[in-house]
Amino acid sequence: MGKTVLTGKHFWYGNIAIAEGAIAAGCRFFGGYPITPASEIAEHISKRFPEIGGIFVQFEDELASMAAILGASWAGAKSMTATSGPGLSLMMENLGLGVMMEVPTVVVNIQRGGPSTGLPTLTAQGDVMQAKWGSHGPYEIIALSPDSPQEAFDLTIRCFNLAEKYRVPVILLASETVGHSAGKVIVPPENEIELIDRKKPTVPPEEYLPYKPDEDLIPPMAYAGEGYAICTTGLTHNEKGYPDVSAETQEKLVRRLNDKIRKHMEEIVDVEEENMEDAKIAVVSYGQVSRPVKRAVKMAREDGIKVGSIKLITIWPFAENVIRKWAKQVELFIVPELNYGQIYLEVKREVAGNSETVLVPRMGGKLITPQEIYREIKKVSKK
Amino acid sequence: MKPETRKEVMFAGFGGQGIVTAGYITGEAAVVYDDKVATLTQVYGPEARGSACYSGVVISHEEISYPYPLNPQIMVVMNQEAYEKFLPKLQQGGVLIVDSTIVKPDKLAEKYQLYKVPATEIAEKMGARVIANVIILGFLGRIWDAISVEALQEAVKTRVPKKYLELNLKAFQTGVKLGEKALKKKIIKR
Repeated sequence: MGKTVLTGKHFWYGNIAIAEGAIAAGCRFFGGYPITPASEIAEHISKRFPEIGGIFVQFEDELASMAAILGASWAGAKSMTATSGPGLSLMMENLGLGVMMEVPTVVVNIQRGGPSTGLPTLTAQGDVMQAKWGSHGPYEIIALSPDSPQEAFDLTIRCFNLAEKYRVPVILLASETVGHSAGKVIVPPENEIELIDRKKPTVPPEEYLPYKPDEDLIPPMAYAGEGYAICTTGLTHNEKGYPDVSAETQEKLVRRLNDKIRKHMEEIVDVEEENMEDAKIAVVSYGQVSRPVKRAVKMAREDGIKVGSIKLITIWPFAENVIRKWAKQVELFIVPELNYGQIYLEVKREVAGNSETVLVPRMGGKLITPQEIYREIKKVSKK
Repeated sequence: MKPETRKEVMFAGFGGQGIVTAGYITGEAAVVYDDKVATLTQVYGPEARGSACYSGVVISHEEISYPYPLNPQIMVVMNQEAYEKFLPKLQQGGVLIVDSTIVKPDKLAEKYQLYKVPATEIAEKMGARVIANVIILGFLGRIWDAISVEALQEAVKTRVPKKYLELNLKAFQTGVKLGEKALKKKIIKR
């Protein structure tokens, strides 16, 4: 058997870091369909899984891939797929099924320029809203966004932990810049990597109800084949897992599916704040854009501008408390993103007219430079 | 404020020439064997092989804010189309290394410190055209202070198939010697 955790210092592409992060997190089933710029994840896993006893399947399409990782998860495996925007669009139906059936699994989106097939080999951040509500129905989901190969490794592990804990598909919202750039990745010793596994039933099989939640709103999950009766469906269902298409059951179930995320916001939401203590201007960014932002903020600080940075590591659920808190002090929020305003609208909503919100949009294709962000900070600081 | 200590090199050529591999070896050498920070990025068309492409490596002592090359000090060019397409990205007065078997520099090259390395010709004589990029890496390691020859050689060792290790190391050393000669001939502004 090969090593599962490659402790040490590496020079890895983000896509390799994601694959290794998944392996370190205990992922042993990958179902996918190749797409630029995400294919290297599948390629690497297809080489590594035979060494460590994982199952890799290249399916006929994205629909089958998404369905398979749900099934694998029910069979007890930590499972994953990796795709890009066009592929994720095709996975949306079964992603919703995963939400409804409460299946822990991880979906990686290496964002490229869209809409449609757009820019296959170039970067973007256009799928932020798709990650939230790309499937139909009222639901909450978790999405994290890495800014580098190191974070790609670390956050992939966190995606698995969150998926296992909250029984929900978790999206790693990376981008071509992160997937296709290589950088320094430190892999810690195996015993320093904290892993969370799904909650198992504590009651005997005859008392088990697959959708009876504990106080934390999350039901314990038995694997198929362990002796527990499991019934699951995409239809609105009762605690037995039987279809029960009534307004009352819908109210109870769907409210819980949302609340199990919303009521654990504090635990799920992760942000990195820098130079915020006395900031009058805050740059809110996520993923790849956070790196040039950090530099731009340092440059502007040297000019005496009171500017800080809020980097969103968790994209969904949105860090609303963080923005609301800073809106009391900050006069102006700048939101640079590689789309035409998606997180910008969330920031603006939370700022609620207490401060000004400025969007710095790029349609994708190219990462915004530190100089460009610095110029925006200078411009608004003169207001 | 103090500028970032970015050292940047771009490898430009044709898909299939080992352009991205050369960048990868350089970045890995910097990070794993020289204990620095580095990023590697690449630009290619959807066709992947058989079109002009480049890879860029940024090496620094600190966190790199922008992973793409912004103002490369060195450019290695291994294909004529890539020469025409990407040369303007090289900083004024920068170091231009061409595989002179394939690339014929024109008047535009006068703006730069030009080095002609007949890498493909030497590689063919050594029996394998594909090691041209390793010859260039040896040359680069010798003339560029951002990276050590030792680190590059270690990275070459880990990246080439065992069967061809000796040939690759020979190619690398050939490049180092050519770099040595070039250094003696003229002082390179680094």
